[in-house]
Amino acid sequence: MGEVASQQVDAQPARTGRLLRVLKQLLRDPASALGSAIFVIFFIVALIGPWIAPYGANEQIPGSARQAPSIEHPFGTDILGRDVFSRVLLGARDVLTLAGVGTLVAVIAGTIIGLVSGYQGGWLDEVIMRLFDSLLALPAFLLALLLLGSLGPSRNSVLLVIAVVYTPIVARVIRSVVLGVKTRGYVEAARVQGETYPHMLFREIFPSTLPALAVEAALRFSYAIFLVASLGFLGVGVQPPSPDWGLMVQEGRANVTQTPWALIAPAAAIAIVVIGVNLVSDRLKSILQIPAELRR
Amino acid sequence: MWRYFLRRLGFLLLTLVVTSIIIFLVTRWLPGDVARVILGREAGEAAVAQVREELGLDDPLPVQYVDWVRGFVVGEWGLSYSTRTEILPLVTQRLRNSLMLAVVTLVLAVPLAVGLGVLAGLNEDRWVDSLISVASLSVVGLPEFVTGLILIQVFAFGFGLFPATSLISPDAGFFEALPSLILPAVTAMLVLLAYIARLVRSGVIEELKQPYVRTAALKGLPYRTVVVRHVLRNALLPAVTVLAISIGWLVSGLIVVENVFNYPGMGRLFIFAVDRRDLPLIQALTMVTVLIFAFANLLADMAYALLNPQIRLGE
Amino acid sequence: MVNHNGPLLDIDDLTVGYRQGERRLEAVRHVSLRIWPGQSVGIVGESGSGKTTLAMAVMRYLPPEGQILSGTIRFGDREVQDLSDRDMRDLWGGQIALVPQGARSALNPSMRLGDQAAEILRYHRGLSRKAAHEQARASFERVQLGDPERIARAYPHQLSGGMLQRVLIAMALSTEPALLVLDEPTSSLDVTTQAEILKLVRDLIRGEQHTAVLYITHNLSVVAQLCDRVAVMYAGDLVEDAGTRPLYRQPLHPYTRGLLDCVPVLGTTKHEVDLRPIDGQIPGPESRPQGCVFRPRCPLAIDVCETYPPLYDAGEERRSRCHRWEGIRAGELDPAQPVPARERTPPGERAGTALDVKDISVHFFERASLPQRLRGERGTVVRAVDGVSLTLGKGRTLGLVGESGSGKTTLARAIIGLVARTSGTIEFLDMAVPPKLAGRSRDIYSALQVVFQDPTDALNPFIGVGEALRRPVQRLRTEKVDDADQVVAALLESVDLSPSYALRLPDELSGGEKQRVAVARAFAPNPAVLLADEPVSSLDVSVQASLLNLLDQLQTEHGTAILFISHDVAVVGYLADDIAVIYLGELMEVSPASALFDPPYHPYTEALLASVPLLDPDAEQREVQLKGDIPSPSAKPSGCPFHTRCPRFLGDICVEQRPPWREREGGGKRYFCHIAWDDLVRQQERIFRFSETGKEV
Repeated sequence: MGEVASQQVDAQPARTGRLLRVLKQLLRDPASALGSAIFVIFFIVALIGPWIAPYGANEQIPGSARQAPSIEHPFGTDILGRDVFSRVLLGARDVLTLAGVGTLVAVIAGTIIGLVSGYQGGWLDEVIMRLFDSLLALPAFLLALLLLGSLGPSRNSVLLVIAVVYTPIVARVIRSVVLGVKTRGYVEAARVQGETYPHMLFREIFPSTLPALAVEAALRFSYAIFLVASLGFLGVGVQPPSPDWGLMVQEGRANVTQTPWALIAPAAAIAIVVIGVNLVSDRLKSILQIPAELRR
Repeated sequence: MWRYFLRRLGFLLLTLVVTSIIIFLVTRWLPGDVARVILGREAGEAAVAQVREELGLDDPLPVQYVDWVRGFVVGEWGLSYSTRTEILPLVTQRLRNSLMLAVVTLVLAVPLAVGLGVLAGLNEDRWVDSLISVASLSVVGLPEFVTGLILIQVFAFGFGLFPATSLISPDAGFFEALPSLILPAVTAMLVLLAYIARLVRSGVIEELKQPYVRTAALKGLPYRTVVVRHVLRNALLPAVTVLAISIGWLVSGLIVVENVFNYPGMGRLFIFAVDRRDLPLIQALTMVTVLIFAFANLLADMAYALLNPQIRLGE
Repeated sequence: MVNHNGPLLDIDDLTVGYRQGERRLEAVRHVSLRIWPGQSVGIVGESGSGKTTLAMAVMRYLPPEGQILSGTIRFGDREVQDLSDRDMRDLWGGQIALVPQGARSALNPSMRLGDQAAEILRYHRGLSRKAAHEQARASFERVQLGDPERIARAYPHQLSGGMLQRVLIAMALSTEPALLVLDEPTSSLDVTTQAEILKLVRDLIRGEQHTAVLYITHNLSVVAQLCDRVAVMYAGDLVEDAGTRPLYRQPLHPYTRGLLDCVPVLGTTKHEVDLRPIDGQIPGPESRPQGCVFRPRCPLAIDVCETYPPLYDAGEERRSRCHRWEGIRAGELDPAQPVPARERTPPGERAGTALDVKDISVHFFERASLPQRLRGERGTVVRAVDGVSLTLGKGRTLGLVGESGSGKTTLARAIIGLVARTSGTIEFLDMAVPPKLAGRSRDIYSALQVVFQDPTDALNPFIGVGEALRRPVQRLRTEKVDDADQVVAALLESVDLSPSYALRLPDELSGGEKQRVAVARAFAPNPAVLLADEPVSSLDVSVQASLLNLLDQLQTEHGTAILFISHDVAVVGYLADDIAVIYLGELMEVSPASALFDPPYHPYTEALLASVPLLDPDAEQREVQLKGDIPSPSAKPSGCPFHTRCPRFLGDICVEQRPPWREREGGGKRYFCHIAWDDLVRQQERIFRFSETGKEV
């Protein structure tokens, strides 16, 4: 590297440089570039959906029930005369807020618990991990149903379910990273210099968890979309008349012979978004070089 | 080895105790007034009082927990409030159906997945691998209710090969039921297939990088021998534990699949129970699933330990 | 096929490259080398020299991105590149065999060793299963593996690293190949185990008239003792190639000279000899200079060096890739690096105690499992450190030498507080030091600092160099700091780095630079004591030399006492004022550095000194055979902990009674043994003696 050149460089660009490098690698690979594009479009649609959707989610257009796709109604209309295109657009926001916020809560809670549990060790770690092991003895979907059965189906229940189901998973991943980092020379050197607890946790250790965290967050997000959609489909998640994609598939299924488009459009939306996020998370894994034992 | 087994078993029992406490708390304590939840808002005071009595809801929580666990262990699973029938026979019959479906799914998925994973891993970054990788990523992205519906359209309505719904009679034998099992099993298999194949693939790739592979190759052994005797022996070992994890997936997958195909298994019963908020039925179903899941895990761990000399012969 | 009269291996003008994206990086450039049947040739180089790539190219086993760009490799009368895959497989294992490094990972973990050794015979010799297994066991016997039956049935995890390395050698030799390639076969082994393996290889080389050996290593001393010829590689170039004796007596390339001057010679101290580090860094394949690759670091570089030098034939079967070799041989030019400017402190008088460790033990308790407890067993106690007392004088250096499992690192961690001690006291500048880190005061934090082994681990990849240095300056300095940035700049300069390094992130630094920053961070609070746990052992020799000089320099400036922990007796002997030898958690011998190399030696020290390969090919060194492997600290032998392996074992007394500490009046060395001082002096000769030319090195 050019000695002189790097002397001029400030420390900050070097750090943002890493992020840029990851993004660049992500966009160079066609599959993950496609995934990123899908995610960005989905995100934008979720943000501005209400302004670009031609009709309301539950607006029954008089005299236009069961119409096949046309310029007027790109995805057709359903049996009640609602514009499927508008419903899919508006549903994006639903999925993003439910899956996104749920994942976010799980990631934040999981990170903090994983950091503290892993760094602290001892009986605290033991208790938390035993508890999480027991939670994870329930397959994720089963735990979700159990909670929903107890709380009753609603948007808030779904949100809570995602957070509760994924927090232990995130925490375990973060903890195992922390256990690896904890014995590294630089962490021990900082401890020997009597560094404060918050400094150890958030400055010395937390940044090392970021690669694993990024991958895990992406993965959890795609599973969360999956979960929201499946619960909607089974009728135990978001309740009608929400434009929830899973729910729309369920409703569309009943009338599949009359309005197949009302089934295909939301199903395709789910598949495209989940595949998109998967493409990104899969590539992230190899870019960020997550060790094999954390790849699941 | 013996010691390893006992330790595993100990952990398992501890985990089961804590899990049962979690299940109990979620179903008894979290909902607030359990009797009201079960009977709905319109139920009369008398009926509510009767349920409180039956479930012992006025006892302190620890007493309720002990009663409930004892009941579960001795087979007194109580009444389902939505069907007004005994839970135990209801669950066992559905369990039989679900296990049939699960077995067919695993028998289809595991060999195929391992084969595809090995193929992709040995050809890392070549077209075969890319094809398998993209295909499996896509399949993982498709929820079971989407793939299930597609399969129904194509094979049931399109070609008329298999029944679209799986209304098997309660006492149908395995082979009698088999045609109705194919479509749901294939649906449940797809996600599993992709998932296991990806794990096997990364296991093979990881193992190929190990120095002992170079040692084997530089002995002058033919490529086939190097792969089969050295690489696969080590790469497929972890695949045994994958089986345990995949049972977790299978549970989730089957719940959806059974509902898509109206298959009379535990999964459909579960959704029914959640829909009616039939808490005693939910409890029983969860406990049964957890038990099966936990013992499958134990079995896989033991199989892994038996096959792995480092554990088998470890002190 | 090898029945022809030419060289066995003939590498001609070989260039090997790696594709990296669009670029093609040359890892090996224009290398020519011949090996004759029965000859043993060493290839020596630091990291990035291309020595491993060269070996893998010879075996035609390059990674997919690697490629031979030009030149030829002939094996016998055939060109290796032209062989079909089938023919190549017949060569592999049959004619060319590899003994790789890291035996544990180089063997299949889930296959019995007998099967692994037999399959090569079955394939190449077409032997039946039974016959192959019989021969495999015979080959185990040949490498002196006791109980070949048991070895054949064992899986790799059941044997020690040294034994596994023997198994690999046995496998490689079982088909009697024409060429044996050894790639750092002792790199992860302890010195005493390494010595046994080297002895085995040496005996095999001398016993086998037909097998030629290509020995790849970074260790100049190992090849000096083992090989007929030595080829030195630097940054992809073969810079010098000569018979072993002439090469060590008078190197004809300035890099070889520089390399030899970087190695601390066993028995020399910093007060007598200077290490002369090679200025600058090894260039990576993407930033090699025009002309001679060594030019930027060479004391003899002149204009002509800007053209790429050929491999000059210097007569007497010697070759040098230096334009000025004739001047060097005539003695007109001095290829040595300049002597670093440093204040030489006389071996300081004892000016009081900095650190006083009394009777420290660190025991780990392994809990019994449930079935064990049912059988009435309790847990086992692992005595990692067992009753060690040490005194470190102010401003002095105490070296602690031990092999892996000796407890040296645990002792260090107990002193710094990363592990809580079980018993014993530590006094530090007359303050009592609590066992746990959390209980310690700021004064102790700031006065007791540490440098660890692994430079890649030394700095947090997410924290810039400036921040890493600024924090201890601001938090731990006893005096008030007005301008922390200025102090940081001064610190960087004190470790010979430009102040602009404050702006860098760790992944922009080389291994040596990282370790310098780690040293600067340790010195930031002006510590009274520095614990250095193997601070140089994962660095290349030239970098190691400059770091050793740096530690010495900073010690003089700050008056810091150093506890220097290492497995390398030569390094410790060079740097330390006093040396303690530790085995299985107990001290065996404590001696002033100057006296360690003269009798009487504790029998363990004796074995240790006999195990160190010497840089002088003509040196005399006594052989000392140790029995078996180092026992586990959880099953420590009774009486004297060394009795199970001791070559001077007396009998029951060593098993039953703890030995006394023996010493002479008036201080000096003391040792822990049943054999009395005078008896030991009578029994022991000096372990090693350099030849006349060797001492000059």
